[in-house]
Amino acid sequence: MVLDLRLSRAVLAWLTGAGLAVSGAVFQGILRNPLADPFTLGVSSGAAFGASLAITLGLSGGFWAGIGVLPPAALAGALGALFAVLALARAAGGFGRETLVLAGIVVSTFLSALISLVKALDEESVAGIVFWILGSFQGRGWPHAALLAPYLLPACALAFVHARDLDLLSLGETQARLLGLDAARVRLTLLVAASLAAGATVAVAGVIGFVGLMVPHAVRMVSGAEHRPLLVNSALLGGTLLLWSDALARTILPGGAELPVGVVTALLGGPFFCVLLGRRNRRTA
Amino acid sequence: MIRLHGLRAGYGGREVLRGVDLDLGPGEMVGLLGPNGSGKTTLLLAMAGILAPMAGTVVLGGRDAAALKPRERARRAASLPQRAEATFDLAVETLVLLGRYPYISLLGGYGPDDRAAADAALAEAGAGEFRGRLAGSLSGGEFTRVLLARALAQAAGMQPPVLLLDEAFAALDLARRMAVSELLAAKARAGALVISAIHDLNLAAQFCGRLVFLKHGKVALDGPTAEVFTATNLSDIYETPVAVAPHPVTGAPQAFPVPAGAHRPGAPAGS
Repeated sequence: MVLDLRLSRAVLAWLTGAGLAVSGAVFQGILRNPLADPFTLGVSSGAAFGASLAITLGLSGGFWAGIGVLPPAALAGALGALFAVLALARAAGGFGRETLVLAGIVVSTFLSALISLVKALDEESVAGIVFWILGSFQGRGWPHAALLAPYLLPACALAFVHARDLDLLSLGETQARLLGLDAARVRLTLLVAASLAAGATVAVAGVIGFVGLMVPHAVRMVSGAEHRPLLVNSALLGGTLLLWSDALARTILPGGAELPVGVVTALLGGPFFCVLLGRRNRRTA
Repeated sequence: MIRLHGLRAGYGGREVLRGVDLDLGPGEMVGLLGPNGSGKTTLLLAMAGILAPMAGTVVLGGRDAAALKPRERARRAASLPQRAEATFDLAVETLVLLGRYPYISLLGGYGPDDRAAADAALAEAGAGEFRGRLAGSLSGGEFTRVLLARALAQAAGMQPPVLLLDEAFAALDLARRMAVSELLAAKARAGALVISAIHDLNLAAQFCGRLVFLKHGKVALDGPTAEVFTATNLSDIYETPVAVAPHPVTGAPQAFPVPAGAHRPGAPAGS
């Protein structure tokens, strides 16, 4: 029983880490922006708003379908935010990368304001909302993995199939099209798939930062920017990183209390990234 | 091969090409000349079929380019783009193999033929020695040769090859300019259509049999080099005095811009 709990939590943590890292690699390649991450199109704010609403309405205690109301509410928020970003970008003239990033910022900012409003109106819910947003695998298990998998696995498969297209897109739209890629269609498909995967991870585990931003950079420094190895290695490193981060989050505090896993990833990741950056500088010097 | 009829094209409602008619056939080496902003790059993108015309048509290998699928377009014309920025650093070999992208399926990888084409293209472009390096570690001229190799790999197997080159020479040193020009001229003699936007007038006059001058988005002049490359024409198009004299060895016409107020030593000023 305990073993099954541990195993399900470990599998979920690994899948989440792998999904965030793959999603981050896709976002950075398509938007040609090293600072892009899986939440660039606003899915984390959407999910957080959905969860905040559920918490303040007192729905968070339920055990509907074995997972409670929070994950579906967060997932609905993520999907709504993604839909809003796409609609906004379309109205603003198209799915160019600047338009998409700006639409993501607009929707994220608006949703963050709404979350603040919820917190201001219902002070009792603040602790719950803050803890949920920081991200944790506490009490998560197989039902959460079952909610995540239908979004995560197709997105990762799609990204891998389009790995060479991502190489092309990272060269810019003109070159990609000169070499025969239907750039607009592939870019939109992959961004939506990566956002859905990232939104699903937020729905089951909260907003876990750092993994999606830094893991692809770390992999590029070691195995290069070509997307086929980048996606595979990002999945492996992202999954492993989050698995160990969760193990630390569970055990580092005395007395059985847990740290939010997002805090651990940030604490682990910062120095790790510094080391890699230093190594790269030494090699090019 | 490439036929443009009443072509108007531009970006976001701004018209850059204002009615271009051209008919370019296999075996031609065409120099695309004209002042900055005259529409050379736009014309090349339209010829490659990736810039939808606002009016008129682009016919690429007998088919309306607007009706072709992206891969079909890329199998009919190979391009060397002018501004090639890369955010993440790909290996040279990966970059050149992407020239074979229009020929492979989504799930299939590169076959032996594709690798052979990439190898041959790297050797032809004089970039074989860079194949294991990262693109970001190359100089401007070295990177241009890698992009040329990619265009040659893309053109391999086209019947006949069509090469659209945008400022392929700007970053190259003197010796490389000659080597690449001779390579392209040989391709044209073997039946390829080579269209090269170029700022070096003398290089164009030396190697191109036909020159097309653009100005303000229209074809200002189009014809055999010997006929159109004259002092009067060049002075008109560039709006600065230009003298033309034969190359001392080859006899090809060469242009010499004349500084304001300059005169030949010993000759009376203004004559």
